[in-house]
Amino acid sequence: MSGLRVDDARVTYPGTPPVEAVRGVSFDVGPGEIVALLGPSGCGKSSLLSAVVGVTPLAGGTVAWDGEDLARVPVHRRGFGLVFQDGQLFPHLTVAANVAFGLEMAGVPRASREARVAELLAMVGLEELGGRAVTELSGGQRQRVALARSLAPRPRLLALDEPLSSLDADLRGRLAVDVRDLLRATGTTGLVVTHDPAEADVMADRVLRMEDGLLV
Amino acid sequence: MRMTRTAATTAAFASLTLALAACSQATEPGASSTAETADATASAPAEAPLGGTVRLVTHDSFYVPDEALAAFEAETGLDVELVQPGDAGTLVNQLVLTKDAPLGDAVYGIDNTFASRAIDGGVLAPYASAAPAASDAAAYAIPGAEDLLTAVDFSDVCLNYDLAAFPDGAPTLDQLTDASHAGQVSVTNPATSSPGLAFMLATKAAMGDSWLDWWEAMRANDLRVTASWSDSYFTDFSAPNYGGDYPVVLSYASSPPSEVIDGEPTTAAMLDTCFRQVEYAGVLEGAENPAGAQAVVDWLLSDDFQVTLPESMYVYPVSTAVELPAEWVEFAPLADAPFTLDAAEIDANRDAWIAEWTAAVLD
Amino acid sequence: MIPWPASARLWWVLAGIPLVFLGLFFLWPAGTVIVRGLFGEDGLGRGDLAGAIAVLSSERTLRAIGTTVVLALGGTAGSLALGIPAAWALSRYEWRGRRAVRALVTVPFVLPTIVVAAAFSALFSASGLLGFLGLDQSMAAIILALVFFNVSVVVRIVGGAWESLSPRLNDAARTLGASPARAFARVTLPALKPAIASSAAVVMLFCSTSFALVLVLGGSRIRTVETEIYVQVNQFLNLRAAAVLALVQVVFVGIALWVSARARSPRPPASVETMRRPGGRERLAVAAALAPTLVLLVLPALALIERSLRVVGGYGLDHYAALFGEPPLRSTLSAPVWEAMVTSLLTAAAATAIAGVVGIVTAQLVARRSRRASWLESLVMLPLGVSAVVVGLGVLLTLNRSVLGVDLRGSWWLVPIAQAVVALPLMVRALLPAARAIDPRLRAAAATLGASPWRVLWRVDAPLLRSAAGASVAFAFAIAMGEFGATAFVARPDVPTLPTAIARLLSRPGIENVGMAFAASVLLAAVTAAVMLASERLRTTVGAEI
Repeated sequence: MSGLRVDDARVTYPGTPPVEAVRGVSFDVGPGEIVALLGPSGCGKSSLLSAVVGVTPLAGGTVAWDGEDLARVPVHRRGFGLVFQDGQLFPHLTVAANVAFGLEMAGVPRASREARVAELLAMVGLEELGGRAVTELSGGQRQRVALARSLAPRPRLLALDEPLSSLDADLRGRLAVDVRDLLRATGTTGLVVTHDPAEADVMADRVLRMEDGLLV
Repeated sequence: MRMTRTAATTAAFASLTLALAACSQATEPGASSTAETADATASAPAEAPLGGTVRLVTHDSFYVPDEALAAFEAETGLDVELVQPGDAGTLVNQLVLTKDAPLGDAVYGIDNTFASRAIDGGVLAPYASAAPAASDAAAYAIPGAEDLLTAVDFSDVCLNYDLAAFPDGAPTLDQLTDASHAGQVSVTNPATSSPGLAFMLATKAAMGDSWLDWWEAMRANDLRVTASWSDSYFTDFSAPNYGGDYPVVLSYASSPPSEVIDGEPTTAAMLDTCFRQVEYAGVLEGAENPAGAQAVVDWLLSDDFQVTLPESMYVYPVSTAVELPAEWVEFAPLADAPFTLDAAEIDANRDAWIAEWTAAVLD
Repeated sequence: MIPWPASARLWWVLAGIPLVFLGLFFLWPAGTVIVRGLFGEDGLGRGDLAGAIAVLSSERTLRAIGTTVVLALGGTAGSLALGIPAAWALSRYEWRGRRAVRALVTVPFVLPTIVVAAAFSALFSASGLLGFLGLDQSMAAIILALVFFNVSVVVRIVGGAWESLSPRLNDAARTLGASPARAFARVTLPALKPAIASSAAVVMLFCSTSFALVLVLGGSRIRTVETEIYVQVNQFLNLRAAAVLALVQVVFVGIALWVSARARSPRPPASVETMRRPGGRERLAVAAALAPTLVLLVLPALALIERSLRVVGGYGLDHYAALFGEPPLRSTLSAPVWEAMVTSLLTAAAATAIAGVVGIVTAQLVARRSRRASWLESLVMLPLGVSAVVVGLGVLLTLNRSVLGVDLRGSWWLVPIAQAVVALPLMVRALLPAARAIDPRLRAAAATLGASPWRVLWRVDAPLLRSAAGASVAFAFAIAMGEFGATAFVARPDVPTLPTAIARLLSRPGIENVGMAFAASVLLAAVTAAVMLASERLRTTVGAEI
């Protein structure tokens, strides 16, 4: 079994009574495939995505990659990238340093790091902006940097959490195509969370609909 | 520490010699206890196995010139460490509280207003010094505790006055209650200041049962009460050096020499308002270095230390052998008949008197 | 999001750092005094609950508690009344000299209390500059002095929050028809509420434990819980009363923390550019907002300087010269005052390092709210509100022997440790908002890029905390420089710090001594101002609190 396998995943948030955000979801994503999780806000799709990446603990079920259960693999060893809705760029680092961050963590030597950063910045169309502070970027530029940053260490799977929702409609349409092309070009497996059916159709090979914590 | 390298070498050598000397006499180091008063007295410092660190617990006004201390350390091989937990009252109270794990080996600075608390608290071990000044010190001994506390110095706590404000001489205690002296006197609170306590005792000794009447009259006459000596002296005193609003403040008979300008005194002590404070030293019960502690007590009575007392601590040495500084002879005469009270009586009534005083003067 | 640190076990391991530090140097000593006072059998505090209640319900105690509450509330209200307008003027507008004024406002906070009390006392005396007010030895005089000391806390905490508050929120309210006053009351004030409450809590604790100030300015007539503890321990040897009163202080800390915790609200969105130059009428407003604070700060400062210049028969720089020469004949210092200055700088540096390490770890642990976190936060705040007399006595009772093979008696290290205990609560308070402002998703982002938890701490948290840490480190340094209460208990007499040297100078007659004491205080103020001014350059709007 290759690729991602999610089996009966459950996510519960503490409280009285506890909130069951994801109530037993199972699906596969094949290597190189792009799958969208589509649903209204509050349906649990972002929680499911966080649990797959490992930044939110699973209350039940399993997440496996190529047949290996990831329950005991911490976030930073999973090789799963994550693009947040609002980028979450490191404010104290430049554009280039943000993109280089994951490469540095992987111990890539400086020279090849620089080459890879240049390559990715070119890919997202920001080759001129490497030295800028991230606070000087526009919303669209930030999301491009976030995308480049996540792709740089060549993740096995890239999770995108509403990556375009903070942008205006026009930009969103163009970037959705760009994101799909980038994932295809790099052969990255993708899992995209969105509430916009059109966006899901543009970006994904396959669309899963979610409602009230369950796939429908 | 204070020791220089040379001093340390000398000290090490000295202590080695002493240790060798001690071997021949089967004296057990550190074997001084209540039961062995005679032994403790007999083992004079020169024969005792001196050396190591000796911790001298004292009040925060203690000061000795570096050279004097270094000379003592070099001579005995002791390394003197000072522990200064607070003022005289604090010192005694903390000694009582820390009796199980004493703050040090010797104590200096227990005065006659707190002596009984220290004696009754059992913090002191017997030791009778054989230093030359011991006979002078005996004149100040506390009955029943002669071997526990050795007098080292004394001072007179008196009202001081601004000479310019009283060209015809100082008023008496009784005259101060007169309306013509309204708003002229600043004293300190006996609950927060040791000169304040001493002066309260002076009025008790002077007036007996009517002492509170005097204080109530003073209160009606705009008496100012401050928390500590420096507040009355530096802030309130109208002496030319300070420019405050009060021509009469509480201080010591030894203060006027500090206010001499161009050879002329500007202040004087009112010698019929004085309480005699005597400061004592002793060996602490449970001392780690009792021999060292005894040597320290002997040193405090030695002329080398006694001669530094006026300049460094503004008190009079008990030793009659040392000479007072010239300006003390001229400007800091002692009271002829200072007030004093029995240490046991003070201890029995101190807290009650302070409460009565507070009710009469402050509340 | 997965918390940092990831496991409860790791949290407790790291919490061991502040717990061991405070446990050894604060909880154990203070706890020993309280336990012995309440339950001791040594005839001092022959304690039982009835005895404790008797102390608590005595008229003397109740009056002390009442006075403490009035002084604390008065001091806090006054500090807020002066500090909030000053914070507005210093955080909303950019003008020449702003940084210098901000730095100067902090100086009183670290001045030795005895000296400031003496300066205030001179101001209020019958012939003093403010003698006509007739406030000598009154509650009002003490409250003014408390405001003098604490207004800087309000200016720094509230000013920091105000700087990071977007002025557009206020603009939005105005476009919706709110008058400036209504916009302030309905939009700005609620957004500032947590900062105001936090500063009020800190000021309240300082006011309720101020000791020398109350004693000197109240002429020992005005008795608070803190002065009662001092008198009960040092005069009456009544450990039981002291223990009961120390517990009252702990309750005070609890109330202050509760007040400050109640006012917490999510941080408003931060803005990048908030400051502008004041226009014509705004200049007047800025001046008016700062005037009361500056007058209050400048008057005692002038009195301080005046006294430092007074010599026999006039004025001169003799006392300043004496600071750098051999001690004069009548002085009781064994070394020139500049040596005490060097000692102060060294111990303050060591204290800052200790408080910095413990504080940064604690702020990280407490940043994510949980029951254990708020428990730890309260614990760290305790030293702010518990009498130095109790802690000092406790140190004598507990650390006066070798502990686990380490004998700290007479050790140089006790001084920086004591100062670090005092500086730690403020250090944590200063770091906490910055630590809380770090979006946990930033850490998650770093983790998905392959960063282990330790590398997240090092590469994400540390750089983001740097500017807040820089500012709070400077503050801790200044506090350590001026610390007297705890230092006095443990300072080695032969190696005095500047504040203990000042106290010693004030214990002997002679104009040389008092003059040098005041000159040394001016020197201490100048060094402190320089440190704070330097730290201004480290500040950015991120975590600008305190």
